[in-house]
Amino acid sequence: MHDYSAFALLRRGLTGHRGWRPAWRKARPKPAYDAVIVGGGGHGLATAYYLARRHGMRRIAVLEKGWLGGGNTGRNTTAVRSNYFYPESVALYDLALRLYEGLSRELNYNVMLSQRGMLIAAHTPAQMEICARIANAMRLNSVDGELMSGEAAVRRIPLLNQEAGARYRCLGGIWQGRAGVARHDAVAWGYARAASDLGVDIVEGCTVTDLLTEGGRVTGVETDMGTIRAERVGLAAAGATPALAAKAGVRLPIHTYALQAFVSEPVKPCLDTVLLYLGTGTYLSQSDKGELVIGGGLDRVPTHGQRGNLPAQETVLSGLLEMFPPFGQLRLLRQWAGVVDVVPDSSPVIGPAGPEGLYLNCGWGTGGFKAIPAGGWLLAHLMATGTHHEISRPFDLGRFAEGRLIDEAAGAGIAH
Amino acid sequence: MQIFTCPFCGPREETEFHFGAEAGKARPEPAPEISDAAWADYLYMNEAPRGRAREIWVHLTCGEFFVMERDTVTREVLTVAALPGREA
Repeated sequence: MHDYSAFALLRRGLTGHRGWRPAWRKARPKPAYDAVIVGGGGHGLATAYYLARRHGMRRIAVLEKGWLGGGNTGRNTTAVRSNYFYPESVALYDLALRLYEGLSRELNYNVMLSQRGMLIAAHTPAQMEICARIANAMRLNSVDGELMSGEAAVRRIPLLNQEAGARYRCLGGIWQGRAGVARHDAVAWGYARAASDLGVDIVEGCTVTDLLTEGGRVTGVETDMGTIRAERVGLAAAGATPALAAKAGVRLPIHTYALQAFVSEPVKPCLDTVLLYLGTGTYLSQSDKGELVIGGGLDRVPTHGQRGNLPAQETVLSGLLEMFPPFGQLRLLRQWAGVVDVVPDSSPVIGPAGPEGLYLNCGWGTGGFKAIPAGGWLLAHLMATGTHHEISRPFDLGRFAEGRLIDEAAGAGIAH
Repeated sequence: MQIFTCPFCGPREETEFHFGAEAGKARPEPAPEISDAAWADYLYMNEAPRGRAREIWVHLTCGEFFVMERDTVTREVLTVAALPGREA
């Protein structure tokens, strides 16, 4: 592995920055692998990395129909957090957060994790009671969470609208100090580089058109670059997963919706935390470049088109301006959307798909980015051992027939 | 703002409508003989089709459910029709 370090930067800098090599190999697919992962976003790349790093597997390919990290990994609002309600969810999302905390060092790639804290803000006494309940649940589940007072919240976020006539005057909320943001592209690129160094073939521009099955077992994939046989196939393709799984007769509890995000023009530092407002559903943070990164709830029309509709924009932005009237002066630079795979209980599906040799990591809905290290860790465990990790077991597809839903619609904190 | 057409009220803004379910799901009967897996399939499992989709929507302002065929990529509405037996 070629190390990135301050010394390497200095050395290259003195020689005109010539000699930097591409971070990962552009591979052509081989005819057969031990493991093939469909989807070259954060989850798929992390899966490949952990399969190679933790489980010693070497013949691994990641197949991506577009470019690396060009789906939801490149379209989210970069928040990482584990402020969930149920023990199963906290175990899952805090595994991800703990792995994020060591990720830059592990990958030798700066993912720019900034644990600037996150406030889930409430504006009614009833919401404050719900916040107290979630904060208590977080503490019972051994995760840092506390109930923050209105005064403390305004000290932390002075621009919050506290006028006497404010419609959603902040009463406080749930504070998680370990939450924050990470650089989304760097997470995909860092995993890709580390996986490539361990021998993983990363194939971009390769569309999977069918799953090969023999006697009920999945034995590979058909692609526009030819047939690729595989001992195990993992699907980590977000909104494209239902159509892929259907090729093996597997039906999933997924609806696909567009989730939009926005960035403003850059301004001087004015918000040094992540804020989610329960009253408006709008959430935001400020990027290192000074842009406000803004998100909100789903568009309500099921779609596979990666663009948002106007009513959702109006809801998100009017919520923003109610919270921060001065931001009405800002111009938006960009607006975009990703296709998210939403499950009825707002929790992911991780586990065997049914047919032998086929494994799922999908259903992350609006919250996949924060979970990337855990999703990869757990899918790798499944594909390497054929059995669940104790953290992924509750998220098995079987929970729908057994009635063991993990309903995080409220705990996840945003409108699903 | 997209315009959807209610078969009863005519063209209205998309915010007046709510997605109900994918069309064509039949409640399995008789309930006591249906397996948990079949119930779960009926309750939760979807096609989430890319492209042409047939869906049940409700027009919130008049309360009528109806069938809408759409393209889920372009968002183009292809047809709308009342449910069988509910034609105006």
